[in-house]
Amino acid sequence: MSAVPDEGTTPEPARPVLAARSATADLALVSTFAAFIAVCAILPAIVLPGMAVPITLQTFGVMLAGLVLGPRRGTLAVLLYLAVGLAGLPIFAGGTGGLAVLGKPSLGYLLAFPLAAALAGYVMTRLSSVRRSLLPLGAFAAATLASLLLIHPLGISVMGARLGLSPAEAITAGATFLPGDVIKNALAAVVATAVFRAFPDLLRARR
Amino acid sequence: MRRRRAQGPRRPPWTGPLGLFHAGSSWLHRVGPGPKVAGLGVLGIAVVALTGVVTTLALALVTVATAVSARLPLRSTTRAVLPVLLTAATVGAYQVWQRGPAVGLEVGLDLVTLVLAATVVTATTRADELLDALVRGLGPLRRVGLRPEVLAMAIGLMLRAVPGLLQTATEVREAARARGLERDPRATLAPAAVRAVARARSTGEALAARGVGD
Amino acid sequence: MIELEQAGVTAYAPAQPEERGSGGHEQVVTLLHPTTCTLAERRIAVIGANGSGKSTLARLINGLALPSSGRVLVDGADTATDGAAVRRRVGFVFTDPDAQLVMPTPVEDVALSLRRLGLDRAARTARARQVLARFGLAERAELPVSALSGGQKQLLALAGVLATEPAVLVCDEPTTLLDLRWRRVVDDLLDGLPQQVLLVTHDLEAAARADRVLVVDQAQVVHDGDPEQAVALYRDLMASGATTG
Ligand SMILES: Nc1ncnc2c1ncn2[C@@H]1O[C@H](COP(=O)(O)OP(=O)(O)O)[C@@H](O)[C@H]1O
Ligand SMILES: [Mg+2]
Repeated sequence: MSAVPDEGTTPEPARPVLAARSATADLALVSTFAAFIAVCAILPAIVLPGMAVPITLQTFGVMLAGLVLGPRRGTLAVLLYLAVGLAGLPIFAGGTGGLAVLGKPSLGYLLAFPLAAALAGYVMTRLSSVRRSLLPLGAFAAATLASLLLIHPLGISVMGARLGLSPAEAITAGATFLPGDVIKNALAAVVATAVFRAFPDLLRARR
Repeated sequence: MRRRRAQGPRRPPWTGPLGLFHAGSSWLHRVGPGPKVAGLGVLGIAVVALTGVVTTLALALVTVATAVSARLPLRSTTRAVLPVLLTAATVGAYQVWQRGPAVGLEVGLDLVTLVLAATVVTATTRADELLDALVRGLGPLRRVGLRPEVLAMAIGLMLRAVPGLLQTATEVREAARARGLERDPRATLAPAAVRAVARARSTGEALAARGVGD
Repeated sequence: MIELEQAGVTAYAPAQPEERGSGGHEQVVTLLHPTTCTLAERRIAVIGANGSGKSTLARLINGLALPSSGRVLVDGADTATDGAAVRRRVGFVFTDPDAQLVMPTPVEDVALSLRRLGLDRAARTARARQVLARFGLAERAELPVSALSGGQKQLLALAGVLATEPAVLVCDEPTTLLDLRWRRVVDDLLDGLPQQVLLVTHDLEAAARADRVLVVDQAQVVHDGDPEQAVALYRDLMASGATTG
């Protein structure tokens, strides 16, 4: 960096640069992350050796939005993503879109997304002052909490109800997604940490 | 195998305002998005609340008749519904085995009914019209601080960002491949996310510079 | 008229999260030393090395950056207290049109600029089409912005900014990313504008055509005035290698 460092006299602390904190900056972050989740879902799924279900990155994008943007903006990003997808743009996992997801057994997972982003974002905010070396672990804990408390319970309940399954059957069916989820949450944690390193203020100014 | 009719370069559907819409002139195309979504909601409640073989069959038949009357291209409709047909067949068969034919039929048909109906609504409604309707419908939320014009702008910003971010993702992947790291998600996903935030920052600046927040 | 009164900009250097709260204070860097000048000429160019502070100076003028000390006035309006009025008067063009163009299609993007004129949606769209036609972009009005070439995008960015007829146009390296042909197009367009234009540029020929040239080096305006001297000084600075970029 070639900006001139000041020695000796400490000048006035800088006034915030207008664009960094305003409502327009939040609007841009929310919309861009909604688009980022869409891109995650559009991109071809990752097939990992030894895993039955290929990993789509949709949930990764949702968790990342919560972790990086915090509960309020993260939830808004997910809601915007869902609204545009429901309106008919094919931005849900596997290049699907439109209102059809409302009729599918996987509806519960989708409904859990905004709540999960909120919880992951909230927990991440509480953990935002931990030592830097612990940040990935904190982010992983936040994402895991959100998937265990919200995504899987809601996803499995709705699926069970729609398919007429008993709780035990539904849980067995839903459990196939668990290993992939651990990987996705770990990815979200690593990537969120990288983002915080590049933009430390995202960890500082949380809403 | 029949070759597809030449129709010029295919536009990725998320670049345009239409989404999965198929142009047409059926009565369903002419009905506004509000009534169609409301109708879909009523159907959803009926499918979940009403049980019994006769009602299940009746609802399915009404839906199929409606779908036919929309005169949508068979191919794309089939492609949209096929995955859920497979799920319905699998789960239906499992339920016939576990709980008897009545349950099997109902679970399977209910799934297909709802997904088909929703697919038809999406295919006969332009995405931008649906979003306009959503923006209008959320007008009352103005009182709790959500201004409809901000939502409309957010939708535009998001649609603008998708192609750019997709290109970034591709570039980042290629850069990682050039370094032999394409299987390492940290080399692909982290830079893509960092660049998304950078993009958001410059978008925020551009909005501010154009006086949008004033 | 643009007035800088002892306007300086400082910022915290980006700190790593682990440094926070550990007692050590964050490092403050100067992006622009206090600068005083009155810019009334019709064509003003700003030149300087990468990272010297040109963008900071440009961003001060429409309130995109606020001075940490001193004031910046545009036709009497203070950027810190009256930002909205300033941004109505001052249009800003970024280097990268991809950053500037925020809406999915050209017509929507220009219509976005027109919101501040208080027109309704239909009127905005109609006006936007007229503006696009004036810039030769009529056929592209409905295409995705992402399908335009870099030059077309920069032209569209200019159209979006000029649609509201600002009194002052600040352009931060508008031709840096363009090929020679589009550079000409943009240069000619800027030359023909009736507005006051402040142009940040690496193109010394364009700078030499200005009425007044500021040379920025290491967060300081080191020359202010005659274009010929400015360009010579800048060449010396670059050749001496004293400036880190
Ligand atoms: N908000 C900021 N915080 C800290 N440093 C910054 C900030 N903005 C810019 N800088 C640094 O200030 C210097 C001057 O930046 P800039 O005005 O953009 O230079 P130029 O446009 O001449 O290339 C650069 O070294 C840049 O890295
Ligand atoms: Mg610059």
